[in-house]
Amino acid sequence: MANPLVEIKNLKIEATVYPPGEKPHDIVIVENVSLTLERGQVMGLIGESGAGKSTIGLAALAYGRGGIRLSGEIFVNGRDILKASAKSLRKLRGKEVTYVSQSAAASFNPARRLMEQVIETTLLHKLSNKRDAEARAVELFAALGLPDPENIGRRFPHQVSGGQLQRVMTAMALCPKPDLIIFDEPTTALDVTTQIDVLAAIKNAIKETGVAALYITHDLAVVAQVTDEIMVLRNGKMVEHGPVKQIIEAPIEAYTKELVSAHSIEHEEKPPRDNPVLVVKNISASYGGGVQVLSDISVELHPGQTLAVVGESGSGKSTLARVITGLLPPSQGSISFDGKELPKALKQRSLEELRELQMIYQMADVAMNPRQTVGTIIGRPLQLYFGIRGAEKRRMVIELLDQIEMGEKFIDRYPAELSGGQKQRVCIARSLAAKPKLIICDEVTSALDPLVADGILRLLLDLQKEQQVAYLFITHDLATVRSIADSIAVMYQGKLVRYGPKSEVLSPPFDDYTDLLLSSVPEMRIGWLESVLKSRKMESAGN
Amino acid sequence: MHPILKLVAQRIALGILLLFAASALIFVGTEILPGDVAQSILGQTATPEALANLREDLGLNESAFSRYFNWLGGVLQGDLGNALSNNKNIAEAMGKRLGNTLFLAGWAALFSVPLAVTLGLVAVRYKNRWPDKMISGVTLATISLPEFFIGYLLIYFVSVKLRWFPSVAIINDSMSVLEKLNAIALPIAVLTMVVLAHMMRMTRAAILNVMQSPYIETAELKGLTPFNVIRKHAFPNAIAPIVNVVMINLAYLVVGIVIVEVIFVYPGMGQYLVDHVAKRDVPVVQACALVFAAVYIGLNIVADIVSIISNPRLRHPK
Amino acid sequence: MFRRIPISAMIGLVLTGAFAFTAIFAPWISPYGMAEIVGDVWEPSSSQFWLGTDNLGRDLLSRMIYGARVTIFIAAAATAFSFTFGSILGFTAAVLGHRADQIMSRSVDLLMSIPTLIFALVVLSVLPANMLTLILVMGVLDSTRVYRLSRAVAVDINVMDYVEAARLRGEGTRWIIFREILPNALSPLVAELGLRFIFAVLFLSSLSFLGLGVQPPEADWGGIVKENKDGIIFGIPAALIPAFAISALAISVNLVADWILNRTSDLKGGRG
Repeated sequence: MANPLVEIKNLKIEATVYPPGEKPHDIVIVENVSLTLERGQVMGLIGESGAGKSTIGLAALAYGRGGIRLSGEIFVNGRDILKASAKSLRKLRGKEVTYVSQSAAASFNPARRLMEQVIETTLLHKLSNKRDAEARAVELFAALGLPDPENIGRRFPHQVSGGQLQRVMTAMALCPKPDLIIFDEPTTALDVTTQIDVLAAIKNAIKETGVAALYITHDLAVVAQVTDEIMVLRNGKMVEHGPVKQIIEAPIEAYTKELVSAHSIEHEEKPPRDNPVLVVKNISASYGGGVQVLSDISVELHPGQTLAVVGESGSGKSTLARVITGLLPPSQGSISFDGKELPKALKQRSLEELRELQMIYQMADVAMNPRQTVGTIIGRPLQLYFGIRGAEKRRMVIELLDQIEMGEKFIDRYPAELSGGQKQRVCIARSLAAKPKLIICDEVTSALDPLVADGILRLLLDLQKEQQVAYLFITHDLATVRSIADSIAVMYQGKLVRYGPKSEVLSPPFDDYTDLLLSSVPEMRIGWLESVLKSRKMESAGN
Repeated sequence: MHPILKLVAQRIALGILLLFAASALIFVGTEILPGDVAQSILGQTATPEALANLREDLGLNESAFSRYFNWLGGVLQGDLGNALSNNKNIAEAMGKRLGNTLFLAGWAALFSVPLAVTLGLVAVRYKNRWPDKMISGVTLATISLPEFFIGYLLIYFVSVKLRWFPSVAIINDSMSVLEKLNAIALPIAVLTMVVLAHMMRMTRAAILNVMQSPYIETAELKGLTPFNVIRKHAFPNAIAPIVNVVMINLAYLVVGIVIVEVIFVYPGMGQYLVDHVAKRDVPVVQACALVFAAVYIGLNIVADIVSIISNPRLRHPK
Repeated sequence: MFRRIPISAMIGLVLTGAFAFTAIFAPWISPYGMAEIVGDVWEPSSSQFWLGTDNLGRDLLSRMIYGARVTIFIAAAATAFSFTFGSILGFTAAVLGHRADQIMSRSVDLLMSIPTLIFALVVLSVLPANMLTLILVMGVLDSTRVYRLSRAVAVDINVMDYVEAARLRGEGTRWIIFREILPNALSPLVAELGLRFIFAVLFLSSLSFLGLGVQPPEADWGGIVKENKDGIIFGIPAALIPAFAISALAISVNLVADWILNRTSDLKGGRG
């Protein structure tokens, strides 16, 4: 029997960490991972942050970032690369195994033209002459659906968009005809409508060239589209390994089941009651006298309800939040809160008006002062708005900590001592302390792993039920929208393209953009990618 | 016009503007005295006649505004005025000395720049190993040493005890280049040591910054040899920061030279400036300061222009 | 907080402490008066004069001890001045932004376009040479560096989400500067304090060496170098002693500053 292409046995990955003020010590990143990859086979490595999936990917190139140590055995084409000489490793890298990173924009040398970089490996390993290599690169550019494949190689990295660069990087990986490509989250940094095109291009290229691949991602729905097999990792250990169909449709381990069912919070749309708490009327806004970023936006939000504002980067959804909070006064239009018109600029608003409108940020760790304790952070609004001090304040902070399911023991901790999900919960508690009528949630779950994000969404829904607070929920993630919204506003290039109750917005007939956006969200279903590409009305917007 | 030419032109224009502003600042610097300049120059014991004469010479009877523009007008025509102390033409006295100073600074740069960049590269190559640690230790020490400590240490041991090089750096036109170099060997050594540490440390930081970019990882994963990774991918991106480092340190060298010239009694601009500060000879001080500021600003302009030109985003706009 | 002090920082702390002690108690520990002529010119070191005598026959050790006092006092005062002045202006520029920031920052650019030593020489050519002048001139010139650093640090913090959150909450400017920005800006500024002090020591020594700093019979270390420099070519190393003291002080403060910088540069660690 011929050797498999890659055989990893008992891989262990360790690193030494140097925490300030403590003795340096070793930590284990990955332990006891084994896998086999045949020629032409595509395997997905999936897991949350800290699962060790990227380090395993780089281990297939015998590469460890920043002093990482690899042990165990990794056979590529029959030889153990962990014991190989530096010279033989250089032959492996770029010739037998190539790499596509998450951020192509940072991975290209800014000072050199794309073509030079794409064919560099081919020339380095003397696989063909320059003319043939360039011809092949142009072929690959065309096959990957890049515009103007003849000339795009003459550009510099900064002259090409993010989605295109990701495809150029795939071409760079394919150019030397390797046996194996490592894809490390290649579509994670892209907008959803761009992701689908890059994904299709990658899948197509893998199929045509018959190259084997390790596809690393945190998104199970994405990996289901491109791979044959899936390995689920958690905290550096293998949880489950099997064919795609089995993992998606009949997962065995509890953790895999949770991953498969993430984003499946059901939320019944509630009919609007009472008068609207927020009315945004004909808002237009621009930054620094220049380009208009919002034009003529009108939306309403009722007490106890959630309005989801959806759009891709550059759609103006975060600008809308800045306008409502008063950070960016609008050039036209008005904002009414609870029936009264709000002053446009933050400085003109009264403390009471500020109290009723709170905000939660995407990055919880920079939304809290690192030098203040959890107790100070949550207690400050109580003191500022209600004049509550001392023991009474402490009692109420503990009450709030209980509401966010954390408890008294966290009261004297600093933000740096909390996990990502806990930090976001503290931010929620801080906004609840003000007893607001409306909370603006700006991408509050985007930086979190799916299971943690689900926990935050559940908490927000429960709190809404108890306290009848309204949410203006800004997100790019349609799965989140389905889980939490009562009404939806779809934004595209600063305009409102679709707005109404959830059931209406998510039901056909669609306008072209909403159709594109909805259909681009990966579904956890094999064959989804192909079916979508056939039925699309509009070319992707963002690349 | 290509946007890069426009940026370079803007930078040069800004530099010239800055030089004019600096000249005004130098002028104002000699005006901030609450009392009377003439009194302060001649001291409390001066006779009223002497004071009146000096006021006349300095043009103190005119407004500060018109004195500034008279001075500036003269400077623009190459007339730096006459020294108060001996009434000699400043431009003539300065010309020769400026040449001497540039001669010394030029040789010091010729030694220190390649040495510092090489050692910076060595420190990066052996990062966190003994050559790097030794280099950073020496850096820490030399940054803390005043120029005159290094200078007198060298004079005491190399010149007085070993008698290898003269302790006084006197040069004149009749000397050959080799004789001149022998005379200024110790000043060059001091200047080199003074700027070496900074330049090395900054070069190291600049290259490390580039080496930590993801595109270096890409190059390594392509199977390039370490040498080629540096030559093809790190170097093109490191030129601008390194040139910047060199220029900043040459500017630093221009200042360090003032003290080194005094230590070695070298007939250059620095010595000339210090002598006339002690004599309170304001016109000479202003002229020298203006020349030093011009060199300093010029080096900074060069640094900025190099970083503009080497930026691919500016060279190849979208 | 004194657990696990690295050996280099320990050396730095002890030496810095010793220098400070010498400076404060100079009149009690020096064997002779500062300007008292007690022996021959440039006597070598003996049990009577531990470091020998200087160019006029004064006890070098006593002059060094009094010199420590003058050097450290002027440098510390200039540093304190430049820090207060520079950081207040820097924070104000960062928080106010817009025109106020523009005006202050461009003025600082202009002041920095002339090398510090050269500008000091220009000013000292007309000002009377006394301690107050020195402190003010050094302080003002050095405050440009402090201004740049504190402004940069404050601008970085000012755009953080937690500062925006405080603004949205309705906090006033004072709360934002003192409760949100200052606690987070403190550690880089404290480390810089050490470096600025070293710079002040070296700068003062250079001025005095050029004869434009502290005037005789008072002397700082740079001045003592100047007094004794002519002995060097006769093989008399008296000038090397004050020069060495300057270096030792600078290195020991540097070691401490380096340690503080390393210890606090990582904000993720929390309290610092």
